[in-house]
Amino acid sequence: MRRSGKRVIPGFGLSMGVTLTMVSLIVVIPLASLVVFTAKLSPAEIWATITRERVLASFKVSFLTAFIASLINAVMGVILAWVLVRYDFPLKRLLDGLIELPFAMPTAVAGIALTSLTSDKGLIGQLFARIGVKIAYTRIGITVALVFIGIPFVVRAVQPVLEKLDPTYEEAAGSMGASRARIFRSVILPEILPATMTGFGLAFGRCLGEYGSVVFIAGNKPFETEITPLIIMSELQEYDYASASAIALVILAAAFLILFFVNLIQARNSKILGR
Amino acid sequence: MNKFVRSALAAAVAGVTLLTGCASGAGSDSASNDSGSEKVTITNVSYDPTRELYAAYNEIFAKHWKELKGQDVEVTQSHGGSGKQALEVANGLEADVVTLALEYDVNAVRDAGLIEDGWVDEFDKDSSPYTSTIVFLVRKGNPKNIHDWDDIVKEGVGVITPNPKTSGGARWNYLAAWAFAEKQFGNDEEQVKDFMKKLFANVLVLDSGARGSTTTFVENGQGDVLLAWENEAYLSIQDHPDEYEIITPSISILAQPSVAIVDSVVDKRGTREVATEYLNYLYSDEAQRLAGQNYYRPSNPDILNEFSDTFDLHLSLVTIDDFGGWDAAQEKHFADGGVFDQIYEQQ
Repeated sequence: MRRSGKRVIPGFGLSMGVTLTMVSLIVVIPLASLVVFTAKLSPAEIWATITRERVLASFKVSFLTAFIASLINAVMGVILAWVLVRYDFPLKRLLDGLIELPFAMPTAVAGIALTSLTSDKGLIGQLFARIGVKIAYTRIGITVALVFIGIPFVVRAVQPVLEKLDPTYEEAAGSMGASRARIFRSVILPEILPATMTGFGLAFGRCLGEYGSVVFIAGNKPFETEITPLIIMSELQEYDYASASAIALVILAAAFLILFFVNLIQARNSKILGR
Repeated sequence: MNKFVRSALAAAVAGVTLLTGCASGAGSDSASNDSGSEKVTITNVSYDPTRELYAAYNEIFAKHWKELKGQDVEVTQSHGGSGKQALEVANGLEADVVTLALEYDVNAVRDAGLIEDGWVDEFDKDSSPYTSTIVFLVRKGNPKNIHDWDDIVKEGVGVITPNPKTSGGARWNYLAAWAFAEKQFGNDEEQVKDFMKKLFANVLVLDSGARGSTTTFVENGQGDVLLAWENEAYLSIQDHPDEYEIITPSISILAQPSVAIVDSVVDKRGTREVATEYLNYLYSDEAQRLAGQNYYRPSNPDILNEFSDTFDLHLSLVTIDDFGGWDAAQEKHFADGGVFDQIYEQQ
């Protein structure tokens, strides 16, 4: 230690120790065991496992629905955060709390509730069935469930940034004759974009692995609506840990890459904005 | 070593000690059952549709054990998908007995070294105190005119069944259909596979578990026919008497849910005696009648006959032995790249 242990906040050593313990117990060791299980297969076997037609089809379903859902969440999340920060209305606190419900609710409950709402006999599903759109048991249904699961990530990422954003900048831009669209594009968007990206990345990572809510609404038909986590579950049912962890590693790597890139973009943006 | 590293290490060690401390604490807790004086607790890890059966059975067993030994017994139940439950027991969930959907799942616990070889012969009737079979649940009036397996492969019939890959019950469904096709086509395997392909092409929703399929069919109104455990089908009828009918096909499979003592756990906890009696008493007249009342077929033929009004006793039933046992059936049909995978991959 160069600065001979004199820090502003005391107890750094202790808290760092706790941090390291927690991170290794909760994150590193389970992930390492995933790698160990996968290592029981040779590289050729791993490749064969993750490129089976059905597995590839499930990657397509999982990535596509997670991407679309996160995109919807990025847009809707910003709007929600905006309303919650900028306007006052009755029951605002309640709405604010409701946003977090998807975090707290058992995902299976959410899945069953969404399915019974959106099946062609359900309250909402009936209306869509009339125009020939099926929601439950299709990829649309999966996306609906993932939007539900992912929305708090974006709202909670964007909200604090919006709260700190000083409205006087917007007023200044307005008095200099900028249009509302221009104000949004040039003043607000650059400020909230990094946070939106973070929310998008978190939601996307979460959606890739989501199992509990999706299995009920997906229909789980191979090649059509079978998500990767379900394939992993099937492998486990056959007591085939190695294949299950090989497939899980792909999802993990993808989630990691996405979060990594989001962080990278964010870091670059902060530099440009001089923060 | 500087101060930072030292205190970091100290905290890490403290964290680990705390965790292992918790673990050993839990261990000594369960060991207190060894004394076995006033009250004994055992855990029964079972699968989804037995919830109601064991809730009732645990009461009559508690009475029986009290009379026998003068000791109170409390049974902790755990329910879930059969395969998942087996996996949890294999991974260390402390179960004194397992009562699962298939022999194959109990074998998985055996393979983890927790149950001794030869458990199938430990109790009567291959350790299956009650059996069930696979029937069709259709909507009232049977609008699609479904009477046998060849009716459900017809075009325009929507079939609901759980996924054989993730559900023990669904494997029975699949094998029952296979048995019908095999008889129909005189063992011509290509035609049998063709039949299965048509069947699964008609499947609208492939839920991950049996209860999920029932919800899809009953609550969400999907499909025309649900392939279901007989006991689940009767429960649905009980809940919605005017909406559904049960159709028994000409041929089905004798589904034998398996029970076993988890040897390593009962030896450690000193609960072998009560656990053995718990499973033995399932064969008593009283428990057999209880199984019948819960729409399981009692394995005692006399008591089964008492329920001849409920169950169709004339349907022809194949058993898993006709498929060469679970290991062979699993290998051929449900393993990766097995027949079930081929059915979907060639579509």
